[in-house]
Amino acid sequence: MEDSLIQASINAFKLLFSGDRELWEIIGISFLVSFRAILFITPFAVIAAFALAYGKFPGRRMLITIVNSMVALPAVVVGLLLYIMLYNAGPFGGWRLLFTQTAMIIGQMILAFPILVAMAHVSLRGIDLVAWETARTLGANTARAMFTIIREVRFGLIAAIVTGFGRVVSEVGCSIMVGGNILHHTRNIPTAIALETSKGDFEQGIALGAVLIFLALLLNIAVSTFRGRDRASY
Amino acid sequence: MNLKYKSILLASIFLALNATAGSATAQDNVVRLATTTSTDNSGLLRQLLPVFEEAYGIAVHTIVGGTGRALNHARSGDVDVILVHARDAELKLIEEGYGVSRNEVMYNEFVIVGPGDNPAGVGFGDGLGGALTKVSAVGSLFISRGDDSGTHKKELSLWQDAGIVPDGTWYREVGQGMGKALQIADQLGAYTMSDKGTWLFTKNRLSSLKLLLEGASDGRNVYSAIAVNPEKHPNVNYESATRLVDWLQSPQAMELIANYKIGGETLFYPVDGSGQ
Repeated sequence: MEDSLIQASINAFKLLFSGDRELWEIIGISFLVSFRAILFITPFAVIAAFALAYGKFPGRRMLITIVNSMVALPAVVVGLLLYIMLYNAGPFGGWRLLFTQTAMIIGQMILAFPILVAMAHVSLRGIDLVAWETARTLGANTARAMFTIIREVRFGLIAAIVTGFGRVVSEVGCSIMVGGNILHHTRNIPTAIALETSKGDFEQGIALGAVLIFLALLLNIAVSTFRGRDRASY
Repeated sequence: MNLKYKSILLASIFLALNATAGSATAQDNVVRLATTTSTDNSGLLRQLLPVFEEAYGIAVHTIVGGTGRALNHARSGDVDVILVHARDAELKLIEEGYGVSRNEVMYNEFVIVGPGDNPAGVGFGDGLGGALTKVSAVGSLFISRGDDSGTHKKELSLWQDAGIVPDGTWYREVGQGMGKALQIADQLGAYTMSDKGTWLFTKNRLSSLKLLLEGASDGRNVYSAIAVNPEKHPNVNYESATRLVDWLQSPQAMELIANYKIGGETLFYPVDGSGQ
């Protein structure tokens, strides 16, 4: 068994570096889907975080609690709810979105949203409320004041984005349900790993797993380098 | 790096990502096929579908699950065509008006596999029902698919015909595909029932599971293609679904099916009798 694990790992790396088309296509789909999900949801999440941090409205604390609990939202539950919404007999069935990349993107947006809001909210709370009010009283309109604050908390936001991306790029439950794990179309890294393992074929799984781990490492190195360089410039 | 360069860099990454996505999704004619783990996990569809896609310019999006799941997708109109193996359930789908017609494509057989020491004494000459009766009498571990797949439906009908209610610690429903069920049976030293194609495809990756019964008189396993009825679901791609159903019964497809072998063994036999 140990031999076969080592052999499978060797074959996995051969597969990666031989430029196996199918493997790289799966990696590409994973990136595209998760990148877009984060890209589309981030502006909304940032606005929501601002509202929670600086807004004055009833039920704000309650909303913060809800958002914080939603961070642990299970991907399979999102998958199930989205499936019921999107399947042909569901309320949005006419859109024919089930088993498409769009459905996967929507699912990942829902999953990323609470993480982004919660983490951005913490960063914003770290800034003195006075900064926000000063910017506003100095005549900055809301958008301008937001932009100023965003510059201040950019590392917190980047950390939120990286965490959110890490969460959605590795989730399997929602993607497999609403994407359908269609080869060349909605098969991403996690759903491919699930499939290959179920077939007892570990090489592709190991290769794709290595890509995911490498990606996590790369993202974190990028963030800390970026942060370090920025500190040095002050 | 100043802000301007950063934004140019980000913008170009974004454009590049979108450009690749555009080319990947530029498929006008897509037919959605829901099928079973056995046809997909065995590697057969990878031999068949690209030939069809090339010839007709139709992209086939395959959604793999058990037969029960495929039938549900057909019923709700979320797919255009299905390739499944559960005769009674298929006929019911057509009777309800959701399926157009049942078109037999290929067949293989169900087999019983189990631990090498074979405590239940399952052997050649037993029918599938007889083998299951022996396993339950001894109380050996049995892995049931438990996922409403064609194989699961077949297994349940065998228990029913044998007058046995499978219940107890020896009977374990795993709710997974055939490949996974075989792996679990292998790891636990349990018996299970498999379609022969998946067994042949998976057996080299298993450590101790043995083929104990094949050629059973009650073991025939037929796969049929059914297009979803556009009268029930007007938004299905009926034209392309019909093309695929017709092509699956064509001499070309029959030949590809008959010639698909693993380790010299045929996994599926086309219904026209070739490849015998």
